[in-house]
Amino acid sequence: MSKPPGAVAGVIQATLAKDLRLEWRSKDAINSMLFFSLLVVVVFSFSFDPNAEESRQIAGGLVWVAFLFAAVVALSQTWARELRNQVLDAYRVSPAPANSLFLAKALGNFIFVAILELLMTPLFIMFYKLRALGPAWQLIPIAALGTWAIVVNGTFFAAMSLRTRSREIMLPLLLFPVCIPALLAMVNATTAILTGELSAKFWIVLLTTYDVVFTIACLLLFELVLHAE
Amino acid sequence: MNFLYAAYSATWIIHITYLVILVRRYHNLRSEIDELKKGEPAPGH
Amino acid sequence: MKRQAEGDECGHENCMKRAFPIFAVLTAVLLSYALYEALVAAPTEQTMGNVQRIFYYHVPSAWTAFLLFFINFVCSIQYLVRRDKVADSIANWVAIVLGVAACAAAVVIRPLPSGVEPSSVATTGLAITGLYFLVKRYFSGSRTDALALVTAEVGVVFCTVVLVTGPLWARPVWGIWWTWDVRLTSTLVLWLIYISYLMLRRFSASGQTPVLAAALAIFGALDVPLVYFSIWIFRTQHPQPVIGGGGSIDPRMLHVLLINWLAFLCFAALICWSRYRLEVLQREVEEIHAMKGLQDPRSSG
Repeated sequence: MSKPPGAVAGVIQATLAKDLRLEWRSKDAINSMLFFSLLVVVVFSFSFDPNAEESRQIAGGLVWVAFLFAAVVALSQTWARELRNQVLDAYRVSPAPANSLFLAKALGNFIFVAILELLMTPLFIMFYKLRALGPAWQLIPIAALGTWAIVVNGTFFAAMSLRTRSREIMLPLLLFPVCIPALLAMVNATTAILTGELSAKFWIVLLTTYDVVFTIACLLLFELVLHAE
Repeated sequence: MNFLYAAYSATWIIHITYLVILVRRYHNLRSEIDELKKGEPAPGH
Repeated sequence: MKRQAEGDECGHENCMKRAFPIFAVLTAVLLSYALYEALVAAPTEQTMGNVQRIFYYHVPSAWTAFLLFFINFVCSIQYLVRRDKVADSIANWVAIVLGVAACAAAVVIRPLPSGVEPSSVATTGLAITGLYFLVKRYFSGSRTDALALVTAEVGVVFCTVVLVTGPLWARPVWGIWWTWDVRLTSTLVLWLIYISYLMLRRFSASGQTPVLAAALAIFGALDVPLVYFSIWIFRTQHPQPVIGGGGSIDPRMLHVLLINWLAFLCFAALICWSRYRLEVLQREVEEIHAMKGLQDPRSSG
């Protein structure tokens, strides 16, 4: 069942390119997700209107919860399209290894969610008058690791919940409990950087551990989930 | 002290609720089996 | 071959059916005795007073819940590796190595972290190995999945008890209903994961349910230690109230605690047994429905 690395990378590339092309052409999903993210930021800003000092304490939590909700919406979209066109059945019969498919989907989702975050962040900074007192460059690896943590598990659970009833609610139901340690790490790391009071190093290490553990778990188990019947 | 009794009562309320749910499911299953048996002629031929 | 198995089953089952009421009565007696011990006979705690007696229900429920979830984890692993011989033998060896390593650690590692007894480390290790092979021997094939469902459900019930009695203990003693300490948070996450596990089982199409649920259980098993570890590190940097803090325990209290644990274990075994029989019966009925649905004129037993 082992394929030469070139073939695996080729499958990943092809699937990823296809997904990106489809999204770009349809633009429906992108537009609705963008607008949803904007709404989330605005609603949160109305609900919590702290001063600059307070906002540094709570912004970490707010921002990541907002990203989490936006990510869930994005994740539900991507597999739904596959299901509509019965692409999933095609994948199952194809000789392409399931892992490549999973990685391609996860990378595609990662790009989408990263774009959403890039658009939401300036808005948050503006509404909450945020300014990082700690080393701001660390926010980039935190964002990347945190987003990957949400996306890798989200892609896996989205695939799991495909054939379930109440599919849309199943994804957050499954994702949120498992994401709790990652969420804890992301929020604490971001807060540490924003307030500049503590070092975010431990949380970054924890996030990396979480990402490694769950990426491996997803890769090992995805084939079973895909062929489950 | 009230908390003590509340805790012990809560424990047993939870357990008994679950047992009641189980018993009800068992009765529903039993009646379903009886219906199946009625609806079928003698099996195995 | 099926007939013979059925015959064995019938003899075995009749024996089980007779044992059940006896076991139920014994458990009831044990539970009553344990309740008496907890409420009356156990010594009153110095600082907390009588409220501390919640401890005798809170801790055994927690240990029982963890045991049940562990059995669920074992079932999930076994269900996933059953087809693949290599993975199966790897899992066997891991189970053996864990037991051996735990015994070795109990003997070799000195000093152990506070509150940890060598005997409990060794027992836990041996229990892991023992449970793994017991489940494999007596619950193989589709029964693995049924056992997984049963232990998850009953585990959630016991975990609910833990999460209800915890705050009820914390409030009078420490003045707070909840704190994000290591144990409470990990227990909450465990409870959430298994609730989502049960929801997944309920909402998924019947063919795939066992595999999906098993995968989720694996995720849960990876997740909870991470939660525990991360909060433990965080809290050692920022000490916060710890509910039911560690340290040594009066031997008379330990005695009452263990009696209550034994009683609750027997109770859990009873419930699991009943639930398991209910589940097996339910699956048989579903099979009959499915066969009827096919309307196959050749269908026989």
